[in-house]
Amino acid sequence: MTAYLLKRLVIAALTLVLASMVVFAVMEVLPGDPARLMLGLNATADQVEVLRNQMGLNAPLALRYLHWAGGLLSLDFGRSYTYSVPVIDLVRERIAVSLPLALIALALSTIIAIPVGVFSASRQGRAGDTLAMGASQLGVAVPNFWFALMLIYLFAVWLRLVPAGGFPGWNAGIWAALKSLILPAIALALPQAAILARVARSALIEVLNEDYIRTARAKGLPYRAVLWRHALRNAMIPVLTILGLQFAFLLAGTIIIENVFYLPGLGRLIFQAITQRDLIVVESIVMLLVAAVILINLLVDFSYAIVDPRLRGRQ
Amino acid sequence: MSLLEIENLSLKIGATPILKGVELALSPGEVVGLVGESGSGKSMTALTIMQLLPHLARADGRVTFDGIDLLAATEDQMCALRGDDIGMVFQEPMTALNPVKTIGEQVAEGIRWHTKAGRAEAEERARKILDRVGLPEAKFPLSRYPHELSGGQRQRVVIAIACALKPKLLIADEPTTALDVVLQAQILDLLRDLVRENRMGLLLISHDLAVVTEMADRLTILRRGEVTEAGDTARTLSEQQHPYTRELALASMHVPARPKSHLAGSAKPLLEVEGVVRDYPGRRTSLFRPAPPIRAVDDVSLTIEPAQSVALVGRSGCGKSTLARMILALDKPTAGTIRFRGEAITGKPEQALKPARRDMQVVFQDPYGSFDPRQKVEKLVAEPLHLLEKQPTGTERREMVAHALHEVGLGPRDMDKYPHEFSGGQRQRLSIARAIITRPKLVVADEPVSALDVSIRAQILDLFAELNQKLGIAYLFITHDLTVARAMADEMLVMHEGRIVERGRASDVLDHPQSEAAKALVSAAPDLHRAIARRMQEQG
Repeated sequence: MTAYLLKRLVIAALTLVLASMVVFAVMEVLPGDPARLMLGLNATADQVEVLRNQMGLNAPLALRYLHWAGGLLSLDFGRSYTYSVPVIDLVRERIAVSLPLALIALALSTIIAIPVGVFSASRQGRAGDTLAMGASQLGVAVPNFWFALMLIYLFAVWLRLVPAGGFPGWNAGIWAALKSLILPAIALALPQAAILARVARSALIEVLNEDYIRTARAKGLPYRAVLWRHALRNAMIPVLTILGLQFAFLLAGTIIIENVFYLPGLGRLIFQAITQRDLIVVESIVMLLVAAVILINLLVDFSYAIVDPRLRGRQ
Repeated sequence: MSLLEIENLSLKIGATPILKGVELALSPGEVVGLVGESGSGKSMTALTIMQLLPHLARADGRVTFDGIDLLAATEDQMCALRGDDIGMVFQEPMTALNPVKTIGEQVAEGIRWHTKAGRAEAEERARKILDRVGLPEAKFPLSRYPHELSGGQRQRVVIAIACALKPKLLIADEPTTALDVVLQAQILDLLRDLVRENRMGLLLISHDLAVVTEMADRLTILRRGEVTEAGDTARTLSEQQHPYTRELALASMHVPARPKSHLAGSAKPLLEVEGVVRDYPGRRTSLFRPAPPIRAVDDVSLTIEPAQSVALVGRSGCGKSTLARMILALDKPTAGTIRFRGEAITGKPEQALKPARRDMQVVFQDPYGSFDPRQKVEKLVAEPLHLLEKQPTGTERREMVAHALHEVGLGPRDMDKYPHEFSGGQRQRLSIARAIITRPKLVVADEPVSALDVSIRAQILDLFAELNQKLGIAYLFITHDLTVARAMADEMLVMHEGRIVERGRASDVLDHPQSEAAKALVSAAPDLHRAIARRMQEQG
């Protein structure tokens, strides 16, 4: 078990180092001089040169990489070119919105998808299964911004249960903050749940045909107990894989929903930074997301080992 | 009074009739054998008793267990019976256990479910039954996972699950078919003891007449969903009143005619294997020390002469398939040389192996898995033709395929069919046709008949014998089945833990085994003659 975990950990660390090199290299070859960008069109060549020296842009490549990577480790991402504030402050604000949103959406999607998948698989081919899978087809097909608008109309405009958009900040109280995140989380969770339910269903159907399910039935366990105790855990590996992918998406791929609900999340920050050529912010967020994806994959690998003893190797 | 009584049982799945008027009775402490070929409805009979039939199945008639009408029982009543009063053991031990749960959990689960015992008590009882089936605590703690056990050990766990609550009836569906003969004998002994200890009724389902004869007091023979004959084992098999019984018995003991038997030392060897070793990397125990290798094949030497038939026998995992792969140049030896027609094939590049590959073909065990289901027979059988020096034209190709099909007893019209249109026996004929189309000098056959029913197996053995006589093909038969070795081989090699421990004329080795390994194999192998004789004594 420890050997498996250690190996995964080392691989994850190496991937992270490699990824940081790629991100740094890409930013190096992109056109555009940050010093010139900061000083504006009217700056003289001398002024630019002075600033370049100040920013350390004239140092050798390897040194600059080490400086940058060292900064990352101490959470010093540098200063935003456009706002002239530390990047970490910008990012921290946005993560405070994006991370809880992603977690709530992921939890919702799992809570909906697993029971639907189990329900469908246990009634394979019958009316309930057809209905549930039809609904999930719809869930995959409906664009989430449209669904988000419907949610706003129903719960915010009509029932007035939650605000229609914006984020009051965590200082306004946990309840107020959660209230403004719940609709976007539902809008994000639904299509994810639809996909996850389909994956769970097909994984379960495959497992239910295995010989050991018959052995469990021959023990006298009722069908339902066999399903939950024997089949579900074996069907978990593909479900966990999809969950990992979905979490990575939910963390940064939510720009449309952020816009619909006017939420200050990571997605909108990246979008703004790209349009304003604020490369250091882009670079930092990309690096952050890379780290997040690697961490999530590591967690998924660990959870595989928890689910399936064959992956742990001999104790 | 009967414990289990099946009267006029008919079963349909959708519109397809599976069972027709099946009758069977079983008393406490009695062993009844249910014999038949694949598709005869043996397993469906068992699943009817368990009420674990597939979705669209419909059973009519009467099945009474201990006074309960099973066909009318509710699912709750069945759950109470399954695993408590009726246990069941299945054919495939490798997949019969849940891979993510410990053996302790899996054995204790049924105990807890039926007796409402607490975890500690259930685990204690699980421990006892695991000890009883031969998995002592020191080597097999409850915390073991199925993948840490071998096939035979896993089958013991399945038996422990089925017998944990001392059922009145145990149904064993081909419990030893996937195991080698030595393990088979151990598992059968265990079942016999459990029957005796608990006065348990045992319904033993098998296609192997010899196994059933050794075990069963009475037997029921099933063919195409109907009972053809039933009665005391000894009488049924000695009198053989029904022609099908006779057919089965003959097929089980079939020895194909090979009038021209081979004389050893009569020719220059076709294949020479010298001091061949194959190591596999072992499991690393420390980060700093290299792992000690596992030696799968250890210093093996053998020769095969033209037209000679050699059997390589041994228990599962003894290295015989690894050796075969190296002979076929599908794997490289760690040390030693293999020469085919005087030329070394070890360490040669793929292109240089072409002539050797052409003259050396292979037949695998599983006639279902060894064909691409999306290709027609013509293309499948013609596959090895790319090894020829001169590529045949389209018409020549079809002629060659038709000829090969004719030689294995199939017609030219079969060329345009797909593999799924053939039965298991016909598919094995197809793989033989594919193997002989290049006129090879040597055919390596890895368990070629062990997936086939006895009557089909007799036909395939005849075919092998005929091709050997007619075309002078030499064989290397790899098998754990001694009846195949006896029927087919001139010479026999016994392999044990990677080494050849005994060699000689097949009949000598089988009748007077010298090494421990050969003795174990011979004494464990079920033999129909011997079994009938013993039954006759017991049952008068």
